[in-house]
Amino acid sequence: MRWLSEPLLAVDHLSMRFGGLVAVNDLSFTVGRGDITALIGPNGAGKTTVFNCITGFYKPTSGRLALAHGGTPDESAVALLTRSDKRRTHGASPELFLLERMADHAIAAEARVARTFQNIRLFPGMTVLENLIVAQHKTLMAASDFSLGGLLGLAKHRAAERKALELAKAWLEVVGLIDRADDPAGDLPYGAQRRLEIARAMCTNPVLLCLDEPAAGLNNRESAELTRLLRGIRQQTGVSILLIEHDMSVVMDISDHVIVIEYGVKIADGTANDVKCDPKVIAAYLGVDDEDVARATAGRAGP
Amino acid sequence: MASAGAALKKAFFAAFVTFGLAFPIVALRTDANLSNQLVLTERWPLAFGLAGIALFGTLLLEMLGPAIRARTASKTAPSTAPPHPFLAYLPRLGLLLLLAFPFIATGIAAAGGPGVLKVMDNYGIQILIYVLLGWGLNIAVGLAGLLDLGYVAFYAVGAYSSALLAKTFGLSFWITLPLAGILAAFWGLLVGLPVLRLRGDYLAIVTLAFAEIVRLVLINWVPVTGGYAGISSIPKPSVLGYSLGSEPTGLAATLGLPRITFMYYLLLALALFTYWVTTRLRTLPVGRAWEAMREDEIACRSLGINTFKTKLSALAAGAFFGGLAGAFFATHQGFISPKSFEFMESAIIVAIVVLGGLGSMLGVAIAATVMIGGTELLRELDVLKAVFGGDFDPAQYRMLLFGLAMVMLMVWRPKGLIATREPTVRLTPEPRRGAPAAVAAE
Repeated sequence: MRWLSEPLLAVDHLSMRFGGLVAVNDLSFTVGRGDITALIGPNGAGKTTVFNCITGFYKPTSGRLALAHGGTPDESAVALLTRSDKRRTHGASPELFLLERMADHAIAAEARVARTFQNIRLFPGMTVLENLIVAQHKTLMAASDFSLGGLLGLAKHRAAERKALELAKAWLEVVGLIDRADDPAGDLPYGAQRRLEIARAMCTNPVLLCLDEPAAGLNNRESAELTRLLRGIRQQTGVSILLIEHDMSVVMDISDHVIVIEYGVKIADGTANDVKCDPKVIAAYLGVDDEDVARATAGRAGP
Repeated sequence: MASAGAALKKAFFAAFVTFGLAFPIVALRTDANLSNQLVLTERWPLAFGLAGIALFGTLLLEMLGPAIRARTASKTAPSTAPPHPFLAYLPRLGLLLLLAFPFIATGIAAAGGPGVLKVMDNYGIQILIYVLLGWGLNIAVGLAGLLDLGYVAFYAVGAYSSALLAKTFGLSFWITLPLAGILAAFWGLLVGLPVLRLRGDYLAIVTLAFAEIVRLVLINWVPVTGGYAGISSIPKPSVLGYSLGSEPTGLAATLGLPRITFMYYLLLALALFTYWVTTRLRTLPVGRAWEAMREDEIACRSLGINTFKTKLSALAAGAFFGGLAGAFFATHQGFISPKSFEFMESAIIVAIVVLGGLGSMLGVAIAATVMIGGTELLRELDVLKAVFGGDFDPAQYRMLLFGLAMVMLMVWRPKGLIATREPTVRLTPEPRRGAPAAVAAE
């Protein structure tokens, strides 16, 4: 129950409307620090919209997305920041970020939330290695003194470049792509592209890794490998993982915490086992008559 | 052959379209006679001839088509395979040729060719200016993927600002040169700010309009720019009191060298500086961000790259080198007017970058040499006069040459002359042994 005792991200009353369409409606949940959290739901439930709000690609219509680095903030600190017009606290511990007020690139660079995409978005013409170096833009840019030092080949920049290369190599070893390092990313097979996208996101040194359907299009063996990879990443780096997934074997296998949404509303929230037996979830996935749902719910609530 | 009928159909259609186009503009021609009356000249054979060329050309393409497609199909993804061995030595060879060019020009002149000044000016300096402009635009178009159709505006800003600074404040060329670059970069930022959210076609239209605005301002702001009359007698650069210009009292003439030699080397130094900076920028975080933005802007933002700043830096960096080229152009010509900064210049520079291969420094240099050198060479060819008659002016057909080159290239090499992309960093050394460092750095 780390998502209650030690939340990393608190989503409060999040709503997202597109014209008349309500994609996400008053959704609240928390993501525990160090947890693997799954966001599941039928097609069109609004999962990717939630992701896009968290990572800043959409500006939520209303609601609060509070992320804390290095500890659990008390409620008053969050309230204080919410009342101010600031986006984040500086130098405080734990450090707070209000993601709904930040631009997408700032969320990645400052709040350290990394993401992957449902339809893989690599830099196909650049090599596998370059993809991982680009991900370290922020540190390298600072080390190159905004290109001037780098242009003159200062030692500080060269050292940073070497470190970036080491980090990239380490991640290539983890995802098993070290032999393909100098090939264009677009030439990799599908499963390898998925792994590379995860490695690229990890190169930004995130506290929260958001994966949008990482197992989509993978076969059973590759899915099992992915599960192992994600567990390994969490163990090594302590990063918290939030993922959207349709493959229930993957979800049930690795998730500490599962949130189920349907039509933009949360219908269940708990451990994988809790959610699996929840009649509302079963109804949402299998499509049951309304009467059956009522009966099932009543039956569970009864003696 | 099942496709023979289809090919024939296509060929006749192409011939029909060509004839339709040629009918009003080729077959019927109006000329003013001595008493200023319009007389209609009919040139049916020429129109039918053009249609015939289209017919057989299309047939030929259709026959060769499968073979070409088989060759180019495998090259859809940019290859990072090592380039052809010859290409690896080409930059060194080119540099050597460029350094020795004044002496080669002297040789050509001595061998009975056109005068040495003419050779150096028409081939050396003209080509190098376009190489410089192509490399500058390559940053925006080739690396960052921002289609800038108004690049000539930055060239104009550089030329006018350096000329005005030199004439009004008496600043030396060595000061106006960097200032021209900085001012052009500043204008790059200005045009960038409103178009940050635009991409592709929209950005192209806005930059095109921007270049027209700049040109119209140059024409109409007569008190400052001199309007159509332009600015004349722009001072030449000098070193320790010796002018580097091509006047008889200049340093080169005093030393007994071709009078234009030092201007040529000055331009060569500018071009090499541009090459050095651009190739270095590519391997820096900002350059990698440019290329990443060209590949996928959304992925860039998800990695914490501020694409607003990245776009602005690409436009400004490209504009900076356009400004340098403009400053050189102004001081070399000694006279500038809005006529030198028309849309056609932008179109030529974009054509050079596309023909050369987006992002390839070597490709752009080759394309500039072939296209600009080729059109200059066209002027010299008296053979063409013998074929087409005495009043045939081959220089008027240079746009046709550009068009033809574009069409052929799009068929044979859709990615430009040099489509291989050299990675900015490698884990394993290049597979081929003995690769020159110069190419590896590119």
